[in-house]
Amino acid sequence: MNGTIETNMLTYRRRSQVDKVLRGCTILATAIAIVPLVLIIAYVLLLGGAALNRDFFTDTYRPPVPVGIDPRTGLPIEGTGEDAPAQVQAQGGVLHGIVGTLMVTITALLFSLPIGILAGIFLAEYPDTPFNTFIRFCCDVLSGAPSIVIGVVGFTMIVRPSGTYSGIAGSIALTFLMVPTIARTTEEILKLVPNAVREAAMAMGAPMWYSTLTVVVPTALTGIVTGALLAFARGAGETAPLLLTIQGNSNLSFNMFAAMAALPILTYKYIESPFPAENQLAWGTAFVLMMLVLGVNLLVRITTARIKR
Amino acid sequence: MADAKAVPRITASSRWARQTRHGDVFFWLLTLFFALVIIGLVVVVGVVTYNGSAEARAAYGWSFLWGTDWNPIETELYPVSFGAWPAIRGTLLSSLIALILAAPTGVAIGIFLSELCPLRLRQPLGFMVELLAAIPSVIYGLWGVAVFANWFNNWVANPIANTAGQFVPWLSGPIAVSRGLAITGTILAIMILPTVSAITRDVLQAVPNHQREAMFSLGATRWEVIWGAVVPYARAGIVGGIMLGLGRALGETMAATMLVGNSTRIEQSIFMPATTAAALIASELPNSVSLIHESSLIALALALFGITLLLNVIARYLVWQTARGPAGEKV
Repeated sequence: MNGTIETNMLTYRRRSQVDKVLRGCTILATAIAIVPLVLIIAYVLLLGGAALNRDFFTDTYRPPVPVGIDPRTGLPIEGTGEDAPAQVQAQGGVLHGIVGTLMVTITALLFSLPIGILAGIFLAEYPDTPFNTFIRFCCDVLSGAPSIVIGVVGFTMIVRPSGTYSGIAGSIALTFLMVPTIARTTEEILKLVPNAVREAAMAMGAPMWYSTLTVVVPTALTGIVTGALLAFARGAGETAPLLLTIQGNSNLSFNMFAAMAALPILTYKYIESPFPAENQLAWGTAFVLMMLVLGVNLLVRITTARIKR
Repeated sequence: MADAKAVPRITASSRWARQTRHGDVFFWLLTLFFALVIIGLVVVVGVVTYNGSAEARAAYGWSFLWGTDWNPIETELYPVSFGAWPAIRGTLLSSLIALILAAPTGVAIGIFLSELCPLRLRQPLGFMVELLAAIPSVIYGLWGVAVFANWFNNWVANPIANTAGQFVPWLSGPIAVSRGLAITGTILAIMILPTVSAITRDVLQAVPNHQREAMFSLGATRWEVIWGAVVPYARAGIVGGIMLGLGRALGETMAATMLVGNSTRIEQSIFMPATTAAALIASELPNSVSLIHESSLIALALALFGITLLLNVIARYLVWQTARGPAGEKV
């Protein structure tokens, strides 16, 4: 592991060349990693942005009718050329997906906020024992568990006994994934609150619960909201657990106890479609998801920078 | 009510308040309860997948893991049987490819961010790396299917299959569709890169400065300092970061489902369609044909959970041990 002894025997010129080359390699690696990031963002912004129009946000699914193909036979109509279907514009929209994602994710947030915040208070405000370490470990296990496993749990626990896919099953599955994020950010942000604040409240005769709820938590509120936003962004982007719990739906539905649509599911379904019009919708949904994630992360970046200062 | 002898007066309510430390006991119990809920969630995941897979475990036992035939529907040629090996093999191979590509690159990025990067660039670059981690996996899959697959086919898969593939069976063609373990592994590599590099950066930054200063004072170049004094010190943590990345690759679902081709036949070549455990569950569980089919898929989920749990335990331990702080005597 230790190459220094051999390198000492080389001339300085040789050593500084090795130094330059290997340092260059790390720069190269960083550059290589940035290329796919830039490409992915650029493609989503360009192709996705092109798919956006008024219908995209206000309309639901419409079966594509490609120009140049006879809807009854599925064969090209004479004289329109081979590439005619590529001319079809995206039609219909993803309102059902937007509604589904918002309803399912916000419900999941309502489930996971109390669990996450109170567990975070337990971790941060009470003495650090091995039990706390174990809870932290459980958080890591939950956030490290493959999301498909959580989907399987939702499927086996709720969808199969109740006999139907439902939005609520999706919310419960997402709760498993959002709780650890909220608990850990709450804990970390509460630990940044200076102890003098707690002592000041104690000196006024406030019991601990009162000082925690009215003094400590409000001080850290920005950070807690940050954690909730991160959890929301993570939940909104999850696909696998939703595929097994809310299944997807082509119609606008507000019923949390039946199958619902969600944006990531639409992305997945539409890109597999043979119709270019639906592929375009896939890029559009990806655009909306990406904006959500980018927006939340930028917001979080700004607020945490302010808190730490 | 009021006790006449006591000075000062003690009322029932004040005794109650004192015994419960003015309600603190209740608040403690409340937060404790929700902390226990987190443990409960983990238990639920384990118990539900364990119970749900009872049928498959009873029918196949451990041989489920290395059975090579996955036939949910009886055909003339094959009887119904559930062996997880095609899925497990696909998971292991695609993750291995991802690891080979991402581990050196990720460690190099971590070194650059922690040791070499100009301070002005450190923040924005670190932010970009973290952003990569936040992009939903379905978007990686989308980009992989619609953009990267073609490119990969023309510039990587076909050239390799036409040259090395002539002699090495697992690199051979013919490449009909651009779905397979190789492209899945490549996209997985992009996805786990931020995990590996962010953790490498964090553990390297935890290395005390006297390690670097001592090495510099011996006349070492920057790279010799990094490779001789900094990286060995943080070795365990770097390995932990790579393992966390591996855990993510093993369990990744959407990108794998979209790119791996979902074929349960075992092909020799990594450019041929295959399947992974997560992809198999995602594509077959919603329309499983029988109880044993469903149970086998849940057993697969149980195996996946077990593996990632184990990886997480080891990796967290390694990272924690390195980042714990002053351990100058330890090395």
